[in-house]
Amino acid sequence: MSYIPHTDVERQQMLAAIGVTTIEDLFEAVPARFRFPELDLPEGMSELEVSAEMQALAEANDHGGDFAIFRGAGAYHHYTPAAVGHLLLRGEFLTAYTPYQPEMSQGTLQAIFEYQTMISQMTGMDAANASHYDGATSLAEAVTVALEASRRARKKIILSYGIHPHYRAVVRTYHQWNGLTITGDDAERDYEALAALIDKDTALVAVAYPDFFGRVRDFRALAEKVHAAGALLCVVANPMALAIFKSPGQLGADMVVGDGQALGIPLSYGGPYVGFFSTKLAQVRRIAGRIVGETVDKTGKKAYVMTLRPREQDIRRERATSNICTNQGLMALAATIYMSLMGKQGLTQAAKLCYHKAHYAAARIAALEGYSVAAGEPFFHEFVVKCPKPVAEINAALYDAGMIGGYDLGKDYPALQDHMLLCVTEMNSKDEIDTLVHALEEAAS
Amino acid sequence: MTETIYDKSVPGRVGVVLPKVDVPTSDLPGDLLRDNLDLPEVSELQVVRHFTNLSGLNHAIDKGFYPLGSCTMKYNPKINEDAARLPGFAQLHPLSDDDGSQGALALMHTLQGWLAEIAGFKGASLVPAAGAQGELAGILMIRAYHADRGDSRRTKILVPNSAHGTNPATVSMAGLSVVELPSDENGDVDLIALRAACDDTVAGMMITVPSTLGVFEEHILDVIEAVHGCGGLMYMDGANMNALLGIVKPGELGFDVMHYNLHKTFSTPHGGGGPGCGAVAVGEKLTPFLPGPIAVIAEEAEHEDDAPLYALRMPAKSIGRLKAFQGNFGMHVRAYAYIRTYGAAGLREVSRHAVLNANYVRSRLRGVYTMPYDRICAHEFVTEGRFEGVESVHALDISKRLMDFGIHPPTNYFPLIVHEALLIEPTETEDKATLDAFVDVMLQIASEAKENPTLLTEAPHVTPVGRLDEVRAAKELVLCCRPLPDWAHTQAGD
Repeated sequence: MSYIPHTDVERQQMLAAIGVTTIEDLFEAVPARFRFPELDLPEGMSELEVSAEMQALAEANDHGGDFAIFRGAGAYHHYTPAAVGHLLLRGEFLTAYTPYQPEMSQGTLQAIFEYQTMISQMTGMDAANASHYDGATSLAEAVTVALEASRRARKKIILSYGIHPHYRAVVRTYHQWNGLTITGDDAERDYEALAALIDKDTALVAVAYPDFFGRVRDFRALAEKVHAAGALLCVVANPMALAIFKSPGQLGADMVVGDGQALGIPLSYGGPYVGFFSTKLAQVRRIAGRIVGETVDKTGKKAYVMTLRPREQDIRRERATSNICTNQGLMALAATIYMSLMGKQGLTQAAKLCYHKAHYAAARIAALEGYSVAAGEPFFHEFVVKCPKPVAEINAALYDAGMIGGYDLGKDYPALQDHMLLCVTEMNSKDEIDTLVHALEEAAS
Repeated sequence: MTETIYDKSVPGRVGVVLPKVDVPTSDLPGDLLRDNLDLPEVSELQVVRHFTNLSGLNHAIDKGFYPLGSCTMKYNPKINEDAARLPGFAQLHPLSDDDGSQGALALMHTLQGWLAEIAGFKGASLVPAAGAQGELAGILMIRAYHADRGDSRRTKILVPNSAHGTNPATVSMAGLSVVELPSDENGDVDLIALRAACDDTVAGMMITVPSTLGVFEEHILDVIEAVHGCGGLMYMDGANMNALLGIVKPGELGFDVMHYNLHKTFSTPHGGGGPGCGAVAVGEKLTPFLPGPIAVIAEEAEHEDDAPLYALRMPAKSIGRLKAFQGNFGMHVRAYAYIRTYGAAGLREVSRHAVLNANYVRSRLRGVYTMPYDRICAHEFVTEGRFEGVESVHALDISKRLMDFGIHPPTNYFPLIVHEALLIEPTETEDKATLDAFVDVMLQIASEAKENPTLLTEAPHVTPVGRLDEVRAAKELVLCCRPLPDWAHTQAGD
């Protein structure tokens, strides 16, 4: 039966060794009237049939293999070198558990250590953990760190309107019973106006870099005001953008979080991705999740081990600040392999391709009749386009031309009806961009 | 130890060639540009060798036996990996219009239905990323349910002392307080203590079935009745669901909510610590509160043979979003393929054989290893890693010695209520020969403990590294292998 290897003879031998006659005898502790219920599920299938069914389900989707994708909004279509996927499929990585036994897990442990190093370097922080579930939950965990840093005395959290709407929603879900005031994201504000909300009760201010609308805003002045008030500044960053823009650490962030999906992880309809979490040393003992440190074995050989373990739920139980256990280990490994392969030059080059192509597209669309592009601030690879018609209509036209169009901002921001958020990456050739511009022009008329 | 990837870096080396810029270039904002990106400069071959060699330092299911209790380290079928990598799934944008993601939505909707059916519930959400997040979802739903009825007195969650650490940590995250319940001499919840704790301040109870001691709670119906009797709801930690497929439906026993670990029961790979999926299933009372979005049927099909129109929706009184987008979809694909492969009858065989294997190993180790709860077990059992008259040998030493035989140790020192605990879970995918070889090694180690205990206390002997200095790791705290640039240090002094 599928992956169960037992033969009839073996089953009989095992039952005899246990001292029972049938497998059913092993379940007598289960209340008899509820034992062995019917399951209303389909019959099992062969691998051949399962494979065909999965193919059919997959092909019922409009995906990047068939369409040019101009949609980002928190999940980005980038090129992943073939070696990433091949290495990730190695059973020694794929089918290992959390490295609680370091003598048998040095591969996973060293890879996490290298991941922590790369994330710290990219973000300009002192340390990173082994991952959270995604960028949104990393931000929710940063809120907890800030609350702990104030010893739960401060209760106000200021979020920028430019943070991904889902991330802000997740912060509210996580902290719905913690008696917090979560504010600042009800309307567009520049950072001066955001800073005006800071008071003595403020534990954390969070902004995005680039923000949800693609803008890259300098937050140095904001950081100073946050620190003057004794609060912490968390920056939600896109790691691809960090290849060319100053690290948030250099601009004054205390914690940098975000989603590592852009680093070699497929779109996969929303997951699994990887939430990265990095911090200045001052908060490192307050952060949740696994952390790997360097040490030596009993012969003095360099080795790696999970460290600062007493923070974690299996030891601290109800006094732990987070319940996280399983994280996104394999996706952190994917990001590590990706960053290694792309390296210093490759990642910078990919980020520049995104930048130049997005700016080319934005300039051409801005010249179209009926469309306007938000201007005046630096942006990375996303920008907001005001359309002459509802976004759904524009996207329907783009669809017919073989493209997945921009994200309809009206869904999350009522003030932005008829505005789409377009994303251009290294995956989009000049031809595709020109086709997009042409199709937008057609759609307007 | 292996050099780090940074040690292999040579300035100017490029691992990947990207296309040339095919559009006119634009100016970059000078005042915001970074001057140094400290990533390795290595070739593709160096990267392939580095990570291939690192992988060789791991133990894994694909390499050998992994009887890690409460983790269900069963075989992860390869077809499921291929399925998740199909372009139609892997290259599907999470904010696709519902019209353009009907295949993915159909898969999610079907899987929600299967997970509800397997556990005897009415609805399910696939959003939670891991078991711990499923627990958070469950407790937030319980809290929201009471709040919705205008009952704000219920601030306590009952948790047995044998529980996973995630249970009490979850309760705290949801702003509730934990009341820890003792276990009786059989490893079951102490019913007298439970009944004494049940009053109108109890929001609910979290319990693992079968328990973390690997036994079916004998009084489970009494436990549920007591908690329901005082108005509380019952949460089942489904970490051990591999013992229950087609054996019993938690919803029929009276549970109100549970989480699955798709990465345990439904064999999505553990990946060295994740990703997982902690899907939650609920009864009627809690369906409006499910975390969203979930897949729903937006329009029924007009004809019998047609597919309906699926859509993503937030449930009416949802506790909210737990993640960006709609969950670890790649895990949904793998679990779907797994359940489709086994079917109804096959899933029951999974649990029957998981329980058969655990009892077989338990029976063969009895007499040499102490069984604190000497009864038929579920899919795992707990034993004591110590021997009379050999004070120097602990569960840790037995664990480390197992490594010398290419076997991953059982979970040790959990559950906390068992002295020197070793929690052994063979899973159903191991054959009798593997189990016999494991037992033989365990018996040999028991002899060694008496004859030559240093063999154990100094183990492991053949792994890539020996026992580690964990105190030094925490004290010296080396978390990165590269120095930060100068500006970081000047700023730290500000």
